[in-house]
Amino acid sequence: MTKVKVAMDWLAACAGCEMSVLDMDERLVQLLDKIELTSTPITDLKHPPKDGVTVGILSGAVNNTTNLEVVKEMRERCKILIALGDCAVFGGIMTMRNFFDMNEALRRAYIETESTVDGIIPSSEELSKPILTQPVNQIVKVDVYLPGCPPSADAIHHVLKELVEGRMPILTGENLKYD
Amino acid sequence: MQKITIEPVTRIEGHAKVTIHLNNKGKVDRAFLHVNEWRGFEKFTEGRPFFEMPQITPRICGICPVSHHLSAAKACDRVVGVTPPRPAQLLRELMHMGQIIQSHSMHFFELAGPDLLLGFDADPAIRNVVGVIQANPELAVKAVRLRAFGQEIIRKLGTRRIHPNHSIPGGVNAPLSEKDRDEILSQIDDMTDVVKAAIAVAKGWYDGNMEVVNNFAVFPTMYMGLVDDEGGLQLYDGKLRLSDRTGKVLEEFDPQNYLDYIGEHVEDWSYLKFPFYKKMGWPKGVYRVGPLGRLNVADKINTPMANEEFKNFKSIGGGKPLEGTLWYHYARLIEDLYAIERAKEILLDPDVTSTDIATDYAGVTGEGVGCIEAPRGTLIHHYKTDANGMLTKVNLIVATGHNNWAMSTAVEMVAKTFVDGKKLTEGMLNRVEAAIRAYDPCLSCSTHAIGAMPMVIELVEPDGSVIDQVSRS
Repeated sequence: MTKVKVAMDWLAACAGCEMSVLDMDERLVQLLDKIELTSTPITDLKHPPKDGVTVGILSGAVNNTTNLEVVKEMRERCKILIALGDCAVFGGIMTMRNFFDMNEALRRAYIETESTVDGIIPSSEELSKPILTQPVNQIVKVDVYLPGCPPSADAIHHVLKELVEGRMPILTGENLKYD
Repeated sequence: MQKITIEPVTRIEGHAKVTIHLNNKGKVDRAFLHVNEWRGFEKFTEGRPFFEMPQITPRICGICPVSHHLSAAKACDRVVGVTPPRPAQLLRELMHMGQIIQSHSMHFFELAGPDLLLGFDADPAIRNVVGVIQANPELAVKAVRLRAFGQEIIRKLGTRRIHPNHSIPGGVNAPLSEKDRDEILSQIDDMTDVVKAAIAVAKGWYDGNMEVVNNFAVFPTMYMGLVDDEGGLQLYDGKLRLSDRTGKVLEEFDPQNYLDYIGEHVEDWSYLKFPFYKKMGWPKGVYRVGPLGRLNVADKINTPMANEEFKNFKSIGGGKPLEGTLWYHYARLIEDLYAIERAKEILLDPDVTSTDIATDYAGVTGEGVGCIEAPRGTLIHHYKTDANGMLTKVNLIVATGHNNWAMSTAVEMVAKTFVDGKKLTEGMLNRVEAAIRAYDPCLSCSTHAIGAMPMVIELVEPDGSVIDQVSRS
């Protein structure tokens, strides 16, 4: 049986969702018989393969210009896109920044903080620019929503197992939580 | 001049890219580690009640949420002006040991391990944790269990493995049951053996690769970490000790006074700030933290097996600090052993199942600093509140930030050693990434301020035009 190709990436995120993926423990090792990890933050391929993957997974909110590119590339290269975790699903804790003026927030971080000496706001062309924080579905179409901060390993396992077996996952009970 | 860009940097936590600038002769001139993410926690927590911080700040980082949970709680203790009872402090430290075990073990087996176990030049398609599983399934299964063991300690105390809910101002919100204590204890000796096995694997690697170790980003800095009154390694609480490159102690201070000693510098090309020792100024006052920094400043480790390894660690440099970046891996595993031994000590303490777990408080003092040693180094939370306990100022200095200069320097040194502009190979670029990976950077943490870590290498002409770009897709 050919393995199901999966790609993952993170946006403005904390890596908690990725840790919850690892929290599948031995079940993750078993899943690896059925899925092939392509680009992920824990492997060394940097972008989803050009010829596409079946499942794309994004965690984190969109809050800078680099995130926009990552989201669009993932959508173009995957058949089924999963928004993993509260930040990807509805913006999550990252949206708290939206209640403040961006320049004031940057000034606090890089100039006014008590320990900062002679600060400046980083603005090199090498860096992405911050934008209003949004969930993934404000940029591209999302096929599967998996909320939680982070979603439990059980919920992630359920979703991946259903997809591997050719069904669209439905979340109910303990697997559907928003914290 | 040409520029090489590596983006994204992988097997690190967060988003970054590296640019390597070449001179007209195609040799490396300078290299930069750009941390490309900023989220704004220091601003958007303003106006929130202080007691929300132990729940908000873990969302800075899902790998070490416990560090933020505990630093926040310690800062909150100060905000309300009380000391938690001893059982609460033991339970907080136990949760911290669970986190050190899961984070350090994951780094060795899942993030850095592929380089060490499979080789820097291994095919990037298999140079990952899946490759490790295929190459050594028995070791891999043990690694999975060890990480799960650390996570389960966190869950038993805080009901969740990630972003737990346990510490509160003045203590913790739940005791440890005897049943849970006994369950953890029943596994602890087996898990200790797994850590010892990892140390044996690492030592075997060092024995066969001393030339690499001695030529891979070796440079002098100062070092910083928490110690107790006898100079013993501490991870939950203590005094901050700063030592120079020869191991001479320059400062020992109460973290409440961190502003007298630590400043942060900003560069235009990174969202990650650069902390430094204020009395020496920037950039002379740079230091390293994390496992290498901590073992370089400590005089001893207070648990027997880890202390035996520590003596061996110290003997490598004849008692002087070790300067080689790749020694971080050995130091990390020694701390892993300490964490598991210390967890056992705590679990055997009669106070650990006590229900005296929180001290009441009446008002707010208006200010507090919380400091612990996160897996990746010293973490400082500093809050100011109004009379009602609403936050007015929040300052966070996060572990990976202290190592920002060191990571940038390591990248530049490794680039100069291994990258020849005339022919780029994937393995060369991976060595540049490995230099960053050795510091186990947590860029989500460090860019609470804004953050992400991908890797691109670009070749840039002296006039700034990009003539070539290498990525791995």
